[in-house]
Amino acid sequence: MPTLIDRRGPSRRAVLGGIGAAGALMVSGAAVLNPREAWGLEVSALKPETMRTLIVMARDIYPHDRVPDRFYAIAVKPYEAAAAKDPATKTLIEEGVVTLDTLAKAKHGTAYADLGWEDQRVAVVKQIEGGAFFEKVRSGLVVGLYNQEEVWPIFGYEGSSADKGGYIDRGFNDLAWL
Amino acid sequence: MSAPFDLNDDSVVVIVGSGAGGGTLGTELALKGIKVVILEAGQRHNMEDFINNEWDSFAQLAWTDMRTTSGSWRVHKNFPNLPAWIVKAVGGSSVHWAGASLRLQEHEFKTHSTYGGLEGANLLDWPITLKDLEPWYAKAEDRMGVTRTNGIPGLPGNNNFKVFEAGAKKIGYKEVSTGRMAINSEPRADRGSCQQIGFCFQGCKSGAKWSTLIAEIPRGEATGNLEVRPQSMVQKIEHDASGKATGVVYVDKDGKTQRQKARIVAVAGNSIESPRLLLNSASNMFPDGLANSSGQVGRNYMRHMTGSVYAVFDKPVHMYRGTTMAGIVRDEAGFDTKRGFVGGYEMETLSLGLPFMAAFLDPGGWGRSFTSAMDGYVNMAGLWIVGEDMPQETNRVTLNTGVKDQYGLPVADVHFDDHANDVAMRSHAYKQGTAMYEAVGAVRAMPTPPYPSTHNLGTNRMSEKPRDGVVNKHGQTHDIPNLFVSDGSQFTTGGAENPTLTIVALALRQADFIAGEMSKKTI
Repeated sequence: MPTLIDRRGPSRRAVLGGIGAAGALMVSGAAVLNPREAWGLEVSALKPETMRTLIVMARDIYPHDRVPDRFYAIAVKPYEAAAAKDPATKTLIEEGVVTLDTLAKAKHGTAYADLGWEDQRVAVVKQIEGGAFFEKVRSGLVVGLYNQEEVWPIFGYEGSSADKGGYIDRGFNDLAWL
Repeated sequence: MSAPFDLNDDSVVVIVGSGAGGGTLGTELALKGIKVVILEAGQRHNMEDFINNEWDSFAQLAWTDMRTTSGSWRVHKNFPNLPAWIVKAVGGSSVHWAGASLRLQEHEFKTHSTYGGLEGANLLDWPITLKDLEPWYAKAEDRMGVTRTNGIPGLPGNNNFKVFEAGAKKIGYKEVSTGRMAINSEPRADRGSCQQIGFCFQGCKSGAKWSTLIAEIPRGEATGNLEVRPQSMVQKIEHDASGKATGVVYVDKDGKTQRQKARIVAVAGNSIESPRLLLNSASNMFPDGLANSSGQVGRNYMRHMTGSVYAVFDKPVHMYRGTTMAGIVRDEAGFDTKRGFVGGYEMETLSLGLPFMAAFLDPGGWGRSFTSAMDGYVNMAGLWIVGEDMPQETNRVTLNTGVKDQYGLPVADVHFDDHANDVAMRSHAYKQGTAMYEAVGAVRAMPTPPYPSTHNLGTNRMSEKPRDGVVNKHGQTHDIPNLFVSDGSQFTTGGAENPTLTIVALALRQADFIAGEMSKKTI
């Protein structure tokens, strides 16, 4: 995991602090931490709460229960660099997250990422569907999430094959259940 | 004199584009002793450099120069600047194609006569018949090593085919096989046999699949009569005061503008770039663009009626293993209006890797409906439907003067609306594809919308009469005798079949015609 900061052994307080719908994701200082998966992600251009919300939103848009948080974090991590480089992107993302939280608080009195049920959060996301912020995050995820080679085995996709001699001796016609 | 040729050598045939049409024409002319310069916009890659990764390969091969879209097709909504998924590289889209090599059917050369008047459809009979083209089809099949022709055995079926075949037979289809494929099932023509790699769309790394890059152009170059100049983007075709083409202006790999003189110019840049080049070549003498006295340049854009059906089973399929498209049902390809539409369609096995499945299964889709389908990826089987779409005058490639490319030239805008016949045929095909998979236990079937177009056709169509089209039965423009069109934009109508074999057959036929006319000194 070179793209995320390795933070093994988080403090007991941080672990116990991991409540709410964001699951194991918590904010500590300038970082988003996931003690269960033993990683952390430091941000400076975006607020750490914003990055945490983006990770939650990424999973709500493309929920795969077998895919760990770190892959969602990797998928949205480029927005930190983009925000650092481009003020308009930073504004789009920070304001997008504020909108999500405002909508969630109006309905439930809780920030979006802390809503307990996916259905509740998805109902909030649906309210911004089609908008610039939503489309930026969603379209970015199509490549950012599904093009991670480490994710492919979870879906049973084997990736590159010519370097292994193709499938001529590796099961191109091994289906036997018909 | 042998290649390379001088810019001022006005005895050469200049071909714009090196794909199935241009690469074949150039090679065949060179084999006949005629000097040829092919100007190719893209780079030249070796097959070893092709990449087994969908997005990386897309970055390496795809034509991603700016284009715009309009119309009611879903591609405009989801991929507004990617109307077509075609290649910018030596070999053109023959690097990317799946290999399906089918002849058009007899009646598909005579759609106006066969289908009759159909509101909104600009149907026209081809100026040639199947019988006219048969000798060149035979030559093309031999040259490309098409399976199930010339005694070449069919390819073995992969897992995706097994599911497809079982489902097809279960619902009563009879014409089911691994098809006629220009992919070696055994070593032939100095190329090895298919290693079942998959990634046929990303450029075949074993060389089993025919492409002009590996199977034609090197043969042409070996004669000393063919020079291919990669990274040479043609801007304009020039003509003299008599209206004869004199050469082309292009930007070379170093960004320098060059002028290559020519005895004959042949345009083979695929059905978006070819009309764009003719339109961008407008002059005082030809204010509406070259070869456009009919006003048909860019019109009648066809993309085949397409779509996919993916289905999830309760057991693994691993559809991506092996040849991407070796599987076909032909029972729906004929003409039978009882189904509620004219024309017919083929169903062919198809798979996408996980990254492209995410992009194309339901573009813009999200949430559990989408992701639960993706979760079923390893248990998925897939097929592509390809059928005849109706030519419509308003489906067209025009110049978008408000948007310029990296050279400052107006980009192509591709406008497309489905004809009611296209919609009826697609609905039928979705139903049949779904029935096939459900017959063998699919738990969920997904009618998937058309991808950005791979079969781009018709924008410089063949016609008997000059007023109805752009080129005659030899692909020679009606207006300018030494200007030819040599790609799929010549197609009068699209047929139900994958177009490459017909493009190659037409190029071989055109080469014979050009050689004959050159020796008669008529051009």
